[in-house]
Amino acid sequence: MKSSVIIFPGSNCDRDMDVALKKFGFKNQMVWHDNQEIPKSDLIVLPGGFSYGDYLRCGSIAAKSKIIKSVIEFANSGGLVLGICNGFQILTETGLLPGILLQNKYQKFICKNVHVKINDKENKYFKNIKKEILELHIAHNEGNYFCSDDEMKSLNDNNQIAVTYCNEKGKEDEKFNPNGALKNIAGIFSKKKNILGMMPHPERMIDKYLSSNDGNFFFENLFENLK
Amino acid sequence: MKVKVIVTLKDGVLDPQGKAIQQTLNGMNFSEVKEVRQGKYFDIEINTNDEKKAKAKTEEMCKKLLANMVIEDYKIL
Repeated sequence: MKSSVIIFPGSNCDRDMDVALKKFGFKNQMVWHDNQEIPKSDLIVLPGGFSYGDYLRCGSIAAKSKIIKSVIEFANSGGLVLGICNGFQILTETGLLPGILLQNKYQKFICKNVHVKINDKENKYFKNIKKEILELHIAHNEGNYFCSDDEMKSLNDNNQIAVTYCNEKGKEDEKFNPNGALKNIAGIFSKKKNILGMMPHPERMIDKYLSSNDGNFFFENLFENLK
Repeated sequence: MKVKVIVTLKDGVLDPQGKAIQQTLNGMNFSEVKEVRQGKYFDIEINTNDEKKAKAKTEEMCKKLLANMVIEDYKIL
């Protein structure tokens, strides 16, 4: 399985993602944003970070970079595109995913572990995953998911809500919503579920000595599903 | 010619910065301030003197980059 991680100026989770993908068997390549072509890949990842210093709106400048045309073509032809944190913000700014990530409700940069519940398993990312509630890390200032009422209806109707913030038992409540996101949304799919954007970082949870193991479930499962 | 653009948040979209500014103004004894909404202002120098053309181009820029139409409105001045 081949993967490509796109690096933008200001990306800072690209190397963590590289380590995570390689740990679970992906042959990963790092691709600079100024390239027009992406090497043949089974998965493209837009990593976390602060592309272009979050100028204008988070992800808005990266969403117009040279490489993005190829990412959009790849996604539209059914290819798997995963956006984590800033990658999620970039995906909404390209229009590949609906809505936008607004500033956190309480104006604070949030950096902590959270629990998220997997809401849909009929897709390549979560099919057969062994755990339904994952403890992952979030680190963002703009993670407050927002969309129009029509878009929310469409997300619900098509089971596009991928992961939601909850407690360790899977209870979804406003109390466990770190940033004010609509319906506790931590991540969403595109209609065809080949594109996944989420704020939590599975790549930071792949070593029990450093953090936790829960990212392992995600990557291991993803690799198996792509085989 | 110069084109000026103002981008504002749509009604109903949460504006934590505007809220913080409002509360600070209230704390500075501007008790009459009921709400503050923060926006963005762009000064764009365009290489043409054709006003119609410049505005049409700016409109396109607003839709494609300067504003995110999910949450923002723009006004070309």
